[in-house]
Amino acid sequence: MNSQPKLLTTSGALGAGLRRELQLAVRSPGNTINPLMFFIISVSLFPLGGGSDSVYLSSIAPGVIWVTALLAVMLSMESLFRSDYEDGSLEQLLLSPQPLYFQLLMKVFSHWLVTGLPLVLLAPLLGLMLSLPVQGYLPLVCGLLLGTPTLSLIGAIGMALTVGLSRGGVLLAVLVLPLSIPVLVFGTGVVDAALTGQNFAGLLALLGAILALALSLAPLAIGAALRISVN
Amino acid sequence: MFAATNLYCERDERVLFSHLDFSISAGEVLQVQGANGSGKTTLLRILCGLNPDYSGDITWQGQAVQDIRETFNGELFYLGHSPAINKALTPLQNLRWYCASRGFSDDAAIFTGLAELGLAGYENIPCHQMSAGQQRRVSLARLLVSQATLWILDEPFTALDKRGVAELEARIAAKAAEGGAVILTTHHTLQLSCPVRVINLDVLTGVSN
Repeated sequence: MNSQPKLLTTSGALGAGLRRELQLAVRSPGNTINPLMFFIISVSLFPLGGGSDSVYLSSIAPGVIWVTALLAVMLSMESLFRSDYEDGSLEQLLLSPQPLYFQLLMKVFSHWLVTGLPLVLLAPLLGLMLSLPVQGYLPLVCGLLLGTPTLSLIGAIGMALTVGLSRGGVLLAVLVLPLSIPVLVFGTGVVDAALTGQNFAGLLALLGAILALALSLAPLAIGAALRISVN
Repeated sequence: MFAATNLYCERDERVLFSHLDFSISAGEVLQVQGANGSGKTTLLRILCGLNPDYSGDITWQGQAVQDIRETFNGELFYLGHSPAINKALTPLQNLRWYCASRGFSDDAAIFTGLAELGLAGYENIPCHQMSAGQQRRVSLARLLVSQATLWILDEPFTALDKRGVAELEARIAAKAAEGGAVILTTHHTLQLSCPVRVINLDVLTGVSN
């Protein structure tokens, strides 16, 4: 070991962590594809089960897309800490000299990049399937863009608490779904406001405010929950 | 440089140890002994900061570890029962992440380390395609790239062949010789070229039952 190791700044270390998460997503594409398939299939059941009346479908479209997106995000949470918990990488993460807050923020962000963002990008297509009127697409995508990261952050708290349990899936839903109600209410509200011709900027700002709150507080809660879980 | 004073820990209403005092200075190797279930792993996890269920003081260079957590983590290498190696990734990817999370990047050391452990040519093969012993070696390769001064090793000799054990013993002795400190548990008889201090948890169990 004669060579000089290169020292990394915190952002360099976080960049390497992001690269690892993306490499993992490439190696196990199921973690990305499964929630996405769930999203597509669940939404496409509504026209089949609820009738093909386009007026009816367009009236339930915002709610259906938002609720299904919420469930898809919860479904994707399983892959966030599970493998790291099982192979001990989580212990090493907690013992890292880098600030835990930013490491966890990076981890949730990279997870959102491969699970949440595809949902956002696919939502307009599903809107089309539910005959969502044309003025609804932009507020739907903007709302999901602000809302799904919040859902990921909230889901990560629940996942961090339940990662030590062998069958934590239902508990995760019970813990997390009530906390995500505000996002759901404002998210569908944005689309409904746009469809009735009202100004939806205020509701979007509220979604942004919830995201800011989650960004600042959730990593602290995730860190505390992980410390309990590894013990 | 690393000291624990008056450590007390109980688990499931059973006292694992009480009034446990020890310190370790640069160049020392400390072996924690005890029967299965005597609390060796618990003690090591407490020392690392992974287990907060204890009372007593743990200090690093005179400062309480909880006050200087990030500095202390930078000086610490912990090898637990789990390998901390993601099986879907290659050894190179795993070790690069490990180095980066410790704040440096040193590909040369990673390649040398893997080669020394007999894993040259396996750098880009996903770990799940390797044998258990090879995966263990990837995990140990973290030791070779680590720049920590304090090593805390929980059963480091598990799943190693005779040559691997001898090499690891040499590493531990070399770490002590260059001014590091090593705390380890093992059921295997250590054959180190440097003196080893021993703490026996069975003797220290205290007021148990």
